[in-house]
Amino acid sequence: MKPGYLGIDTGSISTKGVIIDENNKIIASEYLWTEGNPTAAAIRVIRALYEKTGGEVEIKASGATGSARRLISAMMGADIVKNEITAHAIGTLSVYPDVRTIFEIGGQDSKIIIIDNGIVVDYAMNTLCAAGTGSFLSSQAKRLGVAVEDFGKIALTSKNPTKIAARCTVFAESDLVHKAQAGHKKEDIIAGLCRAVALNYLNNVGKGKSIRPPIVFQGGVSKNEGVVRAFEEITQERILVAPDSHLMGALGAAILAKKQGGGGGKFSFDICKANFETSGVECSRCPNNCEIICFFRDGKLIDAWGNRCANGEVVAAAAKRS
Amino acid sequence: MSQTRVFSFPHVGNYCVVIENMLRHIFKNHKILVPPAITKKTLELGSKYSPDFVCVPFKYNLGNFIEALEAGANVLLQSGGGCRYGYYAEIQEQILRDLGYEFDFIRLFAKDMNARTLYRTAKRYGTNLSILGVAYYVLLATQMVRKLDLIEAYIRENIGFEVVPGSFERLHKAFLQSLKDVDNFRQLNVVYRDYLRKFKDLKVDKPQDCLKVGLVGELYTLMEPFSNYFIERELAKNRIQVSRYITATFLLFDKPKLRPKILAAAGKYLKYHLGADGTDSVERSMALAERGYDGLIHIKPFGCIPEINAMPVLQNISRDYKIPILYFSFDSQTSELGVKTRLEAFYDMLMMRKEVST
Repeated sequence: MKPGYLGIDTGSISTKGVIIDENNKIIASEYLWTEGNPTAAAIRVIRALYEKTGGEVEIKASGATGSARRLISAMMGADIVKNEITAHAIGTLSVYPDVRTIFEIGGQDSKIIIIDNGIVVDYAMNTLCAAGTGSFLSSQAKRLGVAVEDFGKIALTSKNPTKIAARCTVFAESDLVHKAQAGHKKEDIIAGLCRAVALNYLNNVGKGKSIRPPIVFQGGVSKNEGVVRAFEEITQERILVAPDSHLMGALGAAILAKKQGGGGGKFSFDICKANFETSGVECSRCPNNCEIICFFRDGKLIDAWGNRCANGEVVAAAAKRS
Repeated sequence: MSQTRVFSFPHVGNYCVVIENMLRHIFKNHKILVPPAITKKTLELGSKYSPDFVCVPFKYNLGNFIEALEAGANVLLQSGGGCRYGYYAEIQEQILRDLGYEFDFIRLFAKDMNARTLYRTAKRYGTNLSILGVAYYVLLATQMVRKLDLIEAYIRENIGFEVVPGSFERLHKAFLQSLKDVDNFRQLNVVYRDYLRKFKDLKVDKPQDCLKVGLVGELYTLMEPFSNYFIERELAKNRIQVSRYITATFLLFDKPKLRPKILAAAGKYLKYHLGADGTDSVERSMALAERGYDGLIHIKPFGCIPEINAMPVLQNISRDYKIPILYFSFDSQTSELGVKTRLEAFYDMLMMRKEVST
């Protein structure tokens, strides 16, 4: 059995998983849609990783990141739980040690990380705006009747990108509809959209940050060549996109788990066979009505969260009995 | 009017203890009702009846008023300030009247308040004290605010390092309870000295070079922990010393004195005032950066114009002093998870920077 380290990055749109070896090299990876069910998605990723490594790898330590990190770490008994900003920075630094700016655009959020001499010195994450994210692109792809995967290639064929308002999805969408009806070509509109995403990102998340090369672009949207080209045109810098650019969060989680060291091999591939369930209870012990999430493995409560005070613990314990 | 008056007022932080104490002494024959503690329901009620785009403190205040009226209040107090806060009183009164509530509404605006108008208002609403009597309890309340702020500043800077989990919180509760029963200056001083000693006696394990984070921004979201998702508590959990200068003490006593100096202190960053507390945010951020803080967190309600004005200047400070600043905009629906994610990442970043620099 070879030793390995597992990292799972459960985002709102997609779930990513990697197993790395002692040298931080990815030996197996998986990427699939979360489909609103993070536990099931993580299980599918773990099962796929098990099959890809042929059961030859023993997981020494595991880490979870992404917006469902709390849930997934409870599920697999992770050795480390890290926010996606740190995980992305660590993952990227292992591939590009001299990176100074990381652009990251995912399904529901986007972030910028500024790195100086190998340490994170500043970052920002979008708080209010969906215009600079992948879900905006995929909803517009649907409207235009193209697969979002082909978006980038089509954008590159445009010679005259349509100008589309980048300020806000609502404005962008109405611009898009009007311009399509006015006769703008589809590839021009698509290229315009890619440019709008890049502009929105730089004006919103990147505002006030000193963007210096080397710039690495990652997250699901980095697979879109149209957005990559738009970034290059606007920043006048070369934008680096790793072949594994979508896996950087998972890679970071795995590296952090390796650093942390395992607590005696808590992780086991057996969890693929277990049955995980969550159920919500309202505390109702005060008007705040905290929504408490109880997490069960094969009918046994393993964790609960969501309460703001100790009353919630009592309620969660009661849920366990019933 | 034979009906008993029941006074109430909006919450902010723990100042309800002081306001309740003051009103109870001034209006001895009437009732004082502290509105129910802020919960999600407060915010839901407030949001339901507020204009959608109003800043979030308005919604909290309105929620407090509705819950207080439902609990029997019939005299409400509201103040105002130099931004949209200046319109809160009029609009909230109108909204509540439209909802069919019957009540008296007292506006306390600093600009048209002096000893005589204040006393006249107190008289109209049924105090049987002399002007000196009223002045005594107003002064007592101002001193109480100072003491409360001093103790809470100590808590903020040390709670993250407590040896016995929960020891600070327990003592804090006891302190607030004792403040409620204070009737004069002598008692206030005794309570203050007692508790300061008790707090200093609590064991802390605080390294000399611990992480230090300063909070700046808009006053309500800074002072009301519910509205900032208990950010101070979250920071403290990571063994961080938290400092914040925007307190009632600052707003009531220090700011009027400092006002002419603050603009000059903000030096090359500002030529004009930014409105409301924007100038303070800039000046405070600069001061904290110069004092070697590891990071700053700027909080505001979504759409707060004075603080939005301050942000580009803060970005310059961040660049010049190489101090990271994390920005938050709070409204009624920001998810707690998002706040936690950003705070965790902020903490990781500060740790990494610290490790490299030492």
